[in-house]
Amino acid sequence: MSQLNIKKGSSSHSAYDLRDYHEQGMERHTLALIVDNEAGVLARVIGLFSGRGYNIESLTVAEIDHTGHRSRITVVTTGTPSVIEQIKAQLGRVVPVHDVHDLTTEGVAVERELALFRVVGRGDVRVEALRLADIFRAQVVDSTLDSFVFEVTGTSRKIDAFADLMRPLGLEELARTGVVALARGEIDAEGGLT
Amino acid sequence: MEQEQMTGASMVVRALQDQGVDVVFGYPGGAVLPIYDEVFQQNRIRHVLVRHEQGAVHAAEGYARSTGRPGVVLVTSGPGATNAVTGLTDALMDSVPIVLLSGQVPTFMIGNDAFQEADTVGITRPCTKHNWLVKETDRLASTIHEAFHVAMNGRPGPVLVDIPKDVQFASGTYVGPEAAQTGHYAPKVKGDIEVITSLAEAIETARRPIFYTGGGVINSGDRACELLRRLVDKTGFPVTSTLMGLGAYPANGQNWLGMLGMHGLYEANLAMHDCDLMINVGARFDDRITGRVQDFSPDSVKAHIDIDPSSINKVIHVELPIIGDVGHVLEDLLKVWNSRGATTDAPAIKEWWERINEWRKVDCLKFEQTGSTIRPQHAIQRLEALTKDHPDRYICTEVGQHQMWAAQYMGMNDPKRWMTSGGLGTMGYGFPSSIGVQMAHPDALVINVAGEASWLMNMQEMGTAVQYRLPVKQFILNNERLGMVRQWQELLHGERYSHSWSEALPDFVKLADAFGAKGIMIDDAADLDDGIKEMLAHDGPVVVDCVVEKHENCFPMIPSGEPHNKMLLGENADTGNAIKEGGAVLV
Repeated sequence: MSQLNIKKGSSSHSAYDLRDYHEQGMERHTLALIVDNEAGVLARVIGLFSGRGYNIESLTVAEIDHTGHRSRITVVTTGTPSVIEQIKAQLGRVVPVHDVHDLTTEGVAVERELALFRVVGRGDVRVEALRLADIFRAQVVDSTLDSFVFEVTGTSRKIDAFADLMRPLGLEELARTGVVALARGEIDAEGGLT
Repeated sequence: MEQEQMTGASMVVRALQDQGVDVVFGYPGGAVLPIYDEVFQQNRIRHVLVRHEQGAVHAAEGYARSTGRPGVVLVTSGPGATNAVTGLTDALMDSVPIVLLSGQVPTFMIGNDAFQEADTVGITRPCTKHNWLVKETDRLASTIHEAFHVAMNGRPGPVLVDIPKDVQFASGTYVGPEAAQTGHYAPKVKGDIEVITSLAEAIETARRPIFYTGGGVINSGDRACELLRRLVDKTGFPVTSTLMGLGAYPANGQNWLGMLGMHGLYEANLAMHDCDLMINVGARFDDRITGRVQDFSPDSVKAHIDIDPSSINKVIHVELPIIGDVGHVLEDLLKVWNSRGATTDAPAIKEWWERINEWRKVDCLKFEQTGSTIRPQHAIQRLEALTKDHPDRYICTEVGQHQMWAAQYMGMNDPKRWMTSGGLGTMGYGFPSSIGVQMAHPDALVINVAGEASWLMNMQEMGTAVQYRLPVKQFILNNERLGMVRQWQELLHGERYSHSWSEALPDFVKLADAFGAKGIMIDDAADLDDGIKEMLAHDGPVVVDCVVEKHENCFPMIPSGEPHNKMLLGENADTGNAIKEGGAVLV
């Protein structure tokens, strides 16, 4: 063993994973995939997660380049560091996947989610809901005498917090988009649209 | 460039011709009739009519694995495609390049539950490397070319192109292979030179090194096998191989330890366990290889050469990961190592070999043939003795005990000579596979070492063998049992042999006769050699019913859930409590 110049368990020569592989805590990662917007591509990505037993916390997808037919899929997933590495390697193998970015490890990313809340009530609770909405910088996008629809944008935690506050005030329905995310700062050669 | 207009159906045939395809295995049906009509009107591509679509895919696998070229399959929609699923999954697990073209109901009927409609691309998405549903004739030719590109590049695998019937009838513009967009799919083949250099350094200082090679060497090509041989022989390091990699390094080579893994050789497994440098070349740390992962080769630094990044650090953490094609990486490794002086720690290696030779003395494959009941090991050993000098021999197997015995007792001295279902373990693989091999090598000796249960799973292919006059030799070890299942029931289910035998086996000689083939029965050890010779002498398909000992177990064996150094040896092995509770849950 000692004859060899390489430390057991080290990955100092690895381009892949520089962390200690014994560390097996669960981590939450936000992955951004650039894919060909072709039939079945979303099914391939989702099928990979379900087929191999990986978690999906949230998933958003839309075409971002209409001429090049490219879509961006943002997946929030949880797993041990080795599982996260596997997920990225497996995604990279899918033929129509062009790029896999781990926004959690590649610097700092801005993460946002949009949610719509239907809150029904009259009198004091209605006033209170409106007041809290103002504090959360929520927009009122629909209103009747009995109800509001609020639009909130922010981190997933902010949306969770707002939902917790609205629940006793007559929250009837909630729709969330799931997370979208972009790396902060300038776009490097690999981090652009392509 | 001249743009040719033609129907989708003629495009299919033209694209296959332009890809250099000479054989297609298939079965017609409503949704592929236009393509079959085109196949009829040409004679550059030979079509082999199988008797079941699963057989078509396995035959194409045999063709592909024995030639290094993609195997091509043509099936109809619905049941044609669903029958092919097992073959596709098998090819995916064992990285075999297959291009499967399936018919589909016309585009305007898709989703209507039309006759023989199935969501083929949906069903086959997880069992292909990639698949396509072609909705416009103009895109058909380029999609087929792209399919070949994806099947053959990177880690090879099966692909499927689903072609609706109206797309086959409509006219469009044909594009050739060069003009076709093969997309962005271009896996990296060159390894990181820095890591390769570290590996060269490790080779220089290693005291107990081992090469652990797999099917990736063979998939990489003849050049990779040649480089492996050169590297192994120049370093003098021992080499072992997975089931899939047999033949990459010759079994008669001086550094050969034999196969490793669950039923691998004692010396190979102990060398894996005790090594200080493991060089994995194109293998994937499969669970049949590693045994208990926590105790897998505890004291070694591991290097892993693999073209598939997802194979690296999936099961076993490695210190020296090299993503790239085996041929390219070995070439660079040899260059770097040579330029540094091509040295090893020779005295330590000599000592290492002495230890290995001690393990060899255990002679883990020994058995005694006494009396007239044929022991299966003996049958394989005699088959090997009587065929090993054949200049052009190919061996296929089914799945089970006979497969392991064939791997243990038969020596593959060249790559692409050994066709077996490794990852998926598909019973019924061997017979159709032997048909594919024989189609590719009409004059070769092609033997399928089979168990009677596996063989019956695709015995309908007798019709194919007879129709195309393929002289495939079906050497069936008949123990009237599902031998491997029986062995496991003995070892860990209290000898309760639940449904692991058949009470209604056919008379295999009569069965062969019914198909117009030759049948031979051997049930006495004294007649074994004559029976094998009779099989070899017959110019045509032969089914040998070799009746063997019914309760033989396959050893050596690493019980599931145990590490490499806890092997059970044969004969008088104490198998009573071999598999503990934790191991029983594993397969």
